[in-house]
Amino acid sequence: MEVNVLIGGAAGQGMETIMNLLGKALVKEGFGLIYTKDYMSRVRGGHNFTRLRIAPGHPWTTLESIDVLVALNEETYLRHSDHLTPTGRVIYDPQLFNLPEGESRGVPVELKKLAEEAGGRVMANTVAVGALLVLMGLETSTVEELLKDTFAVKEGVAEKNITALKAGYDSAARSCSACFELPSKNQDGEKLFIDGNQVLGMAALASGCRFLSAYPMTPATGIMNYLAAKSLDYPVVVEQAEDEIAAINMALGASYSGVRAMTCTSGGGFSLMAEGVSLAGMTETPLVIVVAMRPGPATGLPTRTEQSDLEFILHSGHGEFPRAVLSATSHEDAFYRLNKAFELADRYQTPVFFLSDQNFADTHRSVGLYDFSRLGYNRALAAEGDFEKPYKRYRITDSGISPRILPGQYEGEVVLIDSDEHDEKGNIIEDAYTRRAMVDKRMRKLKGLAEEMDEPDLYGDPHPEVLLIGWGSTYGVIREAVDALIARGIKTAMLHFSDLWPLPQKRLRSLLAEVDHSCCIENNAGGQLSRLIRRESGLSIDNNILKYDGRPFLPNEIVKEVQNDL
Amino acid sequence: MTCKAEHYMTGETAWCPGCGNFAIREALAGALAELGLAPHQVLLVSGIGQAAKIPHYIGVNGFNGLHGRALPPAIGAKVANTDLKVIVESGDGDSYGEGGNHFMHNIRRNPDIAHFVHDNQVYGLTKGQASPTSEPGMKTGVQVEGVMVSPLNPLSLALVMGAGFVARCFSGEKDHLKATMKEAINFPGYALIDILQPCVSFNKINTHGWYKNRVYFPEIQAPQDWTAAMDLSRQWGDQIPLGIFYNKPHRTFEESRAALKGEPLSFRPFNPEELSSLQNDFL
Repeated sequence: MEVNVLIGGAAGQGMETIMNLLGKALVKEGFGLIYTKDYMSRVRGGHNFTRLRIAPGHPWTTLESIDVLVALNEETYLRHSDHLTPTGRVIYDPQLFNLPEGESRGVPVELKKLAEEAGGRVMANTVAVGALLVLMGLETSTVEELLKDTFAVKEGVAEKNITALKAGYDSAARSCSACFELPSKNQDGEKLFIDGNQVLGMAALASGCRFLSAYPMTPATGIMNYLAAKSLDYPVVVEQAEDEIAAINMALGASYSGVRAMTCTSGGGFSLMAEGVSLAGMTETPLVIVVAMRPGPATGLPTRTEQSDLEFILHSGHGEFPRAVLSATSHEDAFYRLNKAFELADRYQTPVFFLSDQNFADTHRSVGLYDFSRLGYNRALAAEGDFEKPYKRYRITDSGISPRILPGQYEGEVVLIDSDEHDEKGNIIEDAYTRRAMVDKRMRKLKGLAEEMDEPDLYGDPHPEVLLIGWGSTYGVIREAVDALIARGIKTAMLHFSDLWPLPQKRLRSLLAEVDHSCCIENNAGGQLSRLIRRESGLSIDNNILKYDGRPFLPNEIVKEVQNDL
Repeated sequence: MTCKAEHYMTGETAWCPGCGNFAIREALAGALAELGLAPHQVLLVSGIGQAAKIPHYIGVNGFNGLHGRALPPAIGAKVANTDLKVIVESGDGDSYGEGGNHFMHNIRRNPDIAHFVHDNQVYGLTKGQASPTSEPGMKTGVQVEGVMVSPLNPLSLALVMGAGFVARCFSGEKDHLKATMKEAINFPGYALIDILQPCVSFNKINTHGWYKNRVYFPEIQAPQDWTAAMDLSRQWGDQIPLGIFYNKPHRTFEESRAALKGEPLSFRPFNPEELSSLQNDFL
């Protein structure tokens, strides 16, 4: 009892707005869903599609099989009809193309004509959504309400869209009404319909981030968009930098001067930031850096997904300095984890990375309300009386953390930071004794950071024979694969890392000693977590399941590979 | 709390005897003292190079960052605390070469920052290579046949980009430099002073005497005349004009941002729970 929908067409056909409305409407009605995007790096043309899966509870991943294929052009039908189930349906426009002879699953709807009659060809998607609603046995009322809200300020737009929606609904009703049974609605309270970038943008704002400097880069730009929109009503400044070098250096200036600051980018842009990362480490300036990964090298596949920058982030920036690396595993967790990144950056006065990827950034899910009281805003600044005068920015301490005050905060006290090696005051030095003392001081912070790391999440069989290990955005798909393997009688568990550096090893060590077979699942070609585990713990993972074609894993791919291994 | 000029001068410098940096440092200390700015109210941001060591020798807040990257952290710091008087001070290589992109774009932003460039027309700390402002023909260990590219004209570039305050000074005219620095610091918006200075170790062409024989103070009737300013900025050779060529404020970066009205962002209290209504957007 679930429905998998794929809507495809060319870029520029305006799928996104209406699909967002549909998703929101379904979540409002109580359905659990996930909605993913597959798009090309172009503004018009090409082949873009979105997948929507409505399933019991709150599904973690979309699937390959399709129950309803909405083909806004013929290419969509040709590319995807192999995965259409025998009882599936194709919504298509008979004026644009004909289905091949013998294709009995067609639901003809004159998308273009009906849209034009409603007021404009651009609303063909709205007509299609109307058709989709009737196939799923739903009314149009919730979508109508959302159309009114969304287009409240644009006169006539909502009305025209509602006409288009109803036209699609009535047209499809002639072929097939309620031919798919939806899962029962959830009774677990209000749910948000939100994508990964929005989760991170909201988490940053609610963590007290007051400055974001960044250069637009897919798939991180959504974070910038979110905060920029909020900058009209909230005390946050978003600055589009001239390049990523400026972006990270601006953020460091803002952080030094007293606000929580962040930058966000993808691998290519992050490459330009490497010297700034080193500066953050040397000057002990708190900074949160979100890297939304996409396939490399160089400009790679700009709109697709990969987890290939873990090793780069672990080693980025010249010289040696402490850092922490956290990752986005699920919409539920990432909200609190980005807050943790801000807390750690302030507490340890060092750069903290937050790894996302296109798969997380662009995916919408139905998730429960967040508890904002769980967010921390502890700036870890020294109060009057807690620091010696005259103030010394780099006072040597046991923890390696020096009392921090802000420039301009106390009359008569100044704050000096330096990218060259420096003494406690912050003045440039070259003597060997001070150099050693300062390296030791900075590196001591790693000990504290290690204690802050959360052990990886354990899910599945309590006494597993097979252990699947992952990190970041593969959380949902591995989780579904574990369920499927358990259903096939294989005692499987998942160990999934959110916090990656310093690598937490306790749970990993105990589980690897117990299981018969371990397997690391990563969206990269090198098995980067697998290598990190070996480097840090000396333990080897039996096998790696790696995918590096720019597409996220599907659960059945993992199930198949694991079964082949056994 | 205010200080006398000598109180701003801290630390032992790593500069060569006779360097123009000494006079620039004294002028800055004098300007800060005469403006009555207490050390904690001022932030000095620099990049890398001999000039960029100045935060170690002037006892105010200091951010000695990366080569070419003095302007970006200065903007960030100003956004976080608009009460700080932010001054960027670095060399010609740092400001116009490695940092050229930031130079252009920060003129567009127009933050309330004074930018003092120690322009000795040569790279000092890396020992004598050409800088973006080196004279064509100048021979160095790298430019073995002499500099072949045209020099960058920072003042013309600043004027073309729309800078509101554009001035040229000379380290050998310390009182004029100090007075101009005071004007630049008080100017609401981005203020550039290109400060000519000799490099006693590596620039054997543009020496103290070379500059001294060429600089003059033109009578500038209306520093709001952009064309006249442009003409002055292009004068070079036997006659090199000093002074504030252009002085016309326009809307600053800070004035254009809603979030920056009121108390500095750095000192505003915050409680995450007050933002829980953010999720209503997604219901």
